[in-house]
Amino acid sequence: MLGYYLDLAVRSLRRNKILTALMIVTLALGIGASITTLTVLKLLSGDPLPEKSANLFYARVDPNPLEGYVPGQTKPDSIMSYTDAMNLMHAHRAVRQAAMALIDAKIDTQHPNDHPYFADGVMTTADFFALFNAPFQYGSGWTADDDESRATLVVIADFLNNKMFGGANSVGKTIRIDDRDFRIVGVLKHWAPQPRFYATDLGGHDYGDGDAVFMPLKTARSLDKGPQDTECYASVSDLQHLESAPCEWLGMWVQLDDSTAVANYRMFLDGYAKQQVALGRFKRSETSLLDLMSWLSDQQVVPNDAKLQTYLAFGFLLICVVNTVGLLLAKCLRRSREIGVRRALGATRRDIFTQFMVEAAIVGVAGGVLGLVLAVLGLWGVRHQPAQYASLAHLDVEMFLVTFAVALVASLIAGLLPAWRACVVAPAPQLKAA
Amino acid sequence: MSLHPILAALRKHKAGVVLIALQIALTLAIVCNAVFIIYSRVEKVHRPTGIDESNLLLITQQWVGAPSMDTPAGVQQLDSMLRQDLDTLRRQPDVTSVTSITSLPLLNSSWVGGVAVKPGEQTPGKNDVHTAMYFGDEQMIGTLGLQIVEGRNFNASEIAHKGMRDQGEPPIVIVTQDLAKRLFPDGSAVGKVVYFDGSSTPSTIIGVVRRMQTPAVGWGDNFTWYSTLMPFRINATFSRYAVRTRPGQLDAVARTAAAALYNGNPLRVIDEDDGVKRFGDIRGDAYRADIGMAVLMGVVCLILLAVTAAGIVGLTSFWVGQRHRQIGVRRALGARKIDILHYFQLENLMIAGVGAVVGVVMAIGLNRLLMSKFEMQSLPVYYVLLGLLVVMVLGQIAVFVPARRASNVPPVVATRSV
Repeated sequence: MLGYYLDLAVRSLRRNKILTALMIVTLALGIGASITTLTVLKLLSGDPLPEKSANLFYARVDPNPLEGYVPGQTKPDSIMSYTDAMNLMHAHRAVRQAAMALIDAKIDTQHPNDHPYFADGVMTTADFFALFNAPFQYGSGWTADDDESRATLVVIADFLNNKMFGGANSVGKTIRIDDRDFRIVGVLKHWAPQPRFYATDLGGHDYGDGDAVFMPLKTARSLDKGPQDTECYASVSDLQHLESAPCEWLGMWVQLDDSTAVANYRMFLDGYAKQQVALGRFKRSETSLLDLMSWLSDQQVVPNDAKLQTYLAFGFLLICVVNTVGLLLAKCLRRSREIGVRRALGATRRDIFTQFMVEAAIVGVAGGVLGLVLAVLGLWGVRHQPAQYASLAHLDVEMFLVTFAVALVASLIAGLLPAWRACVVAPAPQLKAA
Repeated sequence: MSLHPILAALRKHKAGVVLIALQIALTLAIVCNAVFIIYSRVEKVHRPTGIDESNLLLITQQWVGAPSMDTPAGVQQLDSMLRQDLDTLRRQPDVTSVTSITSLPLLNSSWVGGVAVKPGEQTPGKNDVHTAMYFGDEQMIGTLGLQIVEGRNFNASEIAHKGMRDQGEPPIVIVTQDLAKRLFPDGSAVGKVVYFDGSSTPSTIIGVVRRMQTPAVGWGDNFTWYSTLMPFRINATFSRYAVRTRPGQLDAVARTAAAALYNGNPLRVIDEDDGVKRFGDIRGDAYRADIGMAVLMGVVCLILLAVTAAGIVGLTSFWVGQRHRQIGVRRALGARKIDILHYFQLENLMIAGVGAVVGVVMAIGLNRLLMSKFEMQSLPVYYVLLGLLVVMVLGQIAVFVPARRASNVPPVVATRSV
């Protein structure tokens, strides 16, 4: 029976090519626009570390002066001072903990003709790699002892290893960063979480390539590497010694494996803040401990323009569906007589309904295919935008399937009213009129 | 012509009428808001920064093996290297003036601090006014083409230098008119003292410039016009120079400037892509996302209007086909072609009118929704009225073709049995 409906539908669609083309193109435009923007939005608001995000927490305390403080409303600053970060680190109250800041690393290619160039880097503590499940290709991270002894060693990213050492195992070799020789202890596999969650509000970009070098925090500081972002909560006399300055420049992540651990850590953090208030270091006892995804939404990492475009695209799709409903309705009412004949010859209402829904579905699938082409074109356009996330805009399998689901659902919704109108056509008047 | 027959006929096509009206309403709602977004982006992109943007270059360079910026000896050495660069650039042909500078408007690399009219107590107050600071020498005002509206420029003798991380407030500053008004609403700011970053050292305002945007792009909207000029050469391992060239010589200077600096001192890195930038490129980079958004909105609006017009053509064509016979009868009973044409035009006007009224409500509702979720202004009434006019005209244009076909139905069809 379905084959027969398909045949009827194709015949009917062929009869009025312009109207059919108009429906398909309209639907395709709506679908193309929504899939393009939805892909970008999904990419931007995705979970950067799905296997671990629920266990990662971002800790904040508030060393700011009392002025402007509204208890319960004022949120702590998004970064932490060295003193607080180290106090929390050394308490070892979480399974793993790491403090980090972003740096610019001047990398000397040691080819006579190449200028040195700047790459993104992270200065952090030993737990960083295990904390974030950063995968190693060769070697491993460094130890807490290396942190304390300010060892000049470094973990480099795969792309830097490919560039400098042709992808070979470079563990044990040296690399010249900021006019210093660093011993390579580990080479990461490709690792570029999107968004680069650990760096939001540390002064770097949120999307795009991963970092090229990772070095121990104290080593980097002893070589006078400065963080990309510094916020001071009191007047500063000496920005060189950031460790003792009343300035915030570190992000603090901890791993907590179950809700008890989270509750305990929250208590510990509150206790720490109260203790600092008692010591007179803090004026505010506000703290915050957000899991990774809550932290990202708190930071509003996803650009507003991307959200606005998605809204717009779905509004557009809605109009396209309304338009398709209208055109399908016109088509089907024009065929009242044909329906009358079919009903008189024994077709049930259900048959008529199915027939028209099949017709709508064909329009939907055709619109979906064309919409997919438009979405691929749209994403190509996005890739040529200057946005940080541009190079990531690709259609994945999931969105490929979503495209067809959206197309089919949109066209079936569009087909409902016309098909219902068709199946309630009374056969007798139609036949009489003939 | 009486409206009654039209209303009676429309009642027979409720679904179609509702669909067209709904489509027009949705289109109006989205197009109004999209055009408003386009307008706000275009307005933002076109606002002047306050500096003379033509014939202006920015050079960013980094010294290799530079001395430390944290020791007095290192700072001295860095300053002499910087002055050597200024000298080199000032001696270039077609260069009219050069200043060392920490940033430029729209560069998105800024030095932001707080400024207050009372001395601080070692803590920057949260109520301090934010201001972007530009550090440069006595040629800064001239090179950037800023207009002094009150007071005076810095003298060469008033320019000091300091390491990038050294603290210390300048004895004198120049501020923008907006910042001056914000700090001293009741009268002239020249001669008054202000305090930066919670410091207790006073800085006297010696001049006021008409307008100068901050380097911030995409943030800092609450202090866009609050800039402060500081009489310092900043010594760091890198430096920036703003260069004003003779009219028409911008490209020539841009090509040769880097080579001239390398000639004077080869131990440096000047990025091949971003080391020497025309101000036009800085502006282009700053606003590229806004322009992209505006273009996208524009394209969507055009497609939406086209889709809606096509929908109207499709449904009206269907009605015309369906009423073929009635049209013939009306023609046979004496209706002129123009009467038939007017009938369909009036019919469309009524449907579009209802749709547009609903659309106006939806447009305002959508605007409220967007205002609550994003930083958006309230939609001005004339936008909605203009949108209303546009969709009504669009409806009339779309209905014309099928309506004319209807008017060409010959009276003789009335006598034919179908």
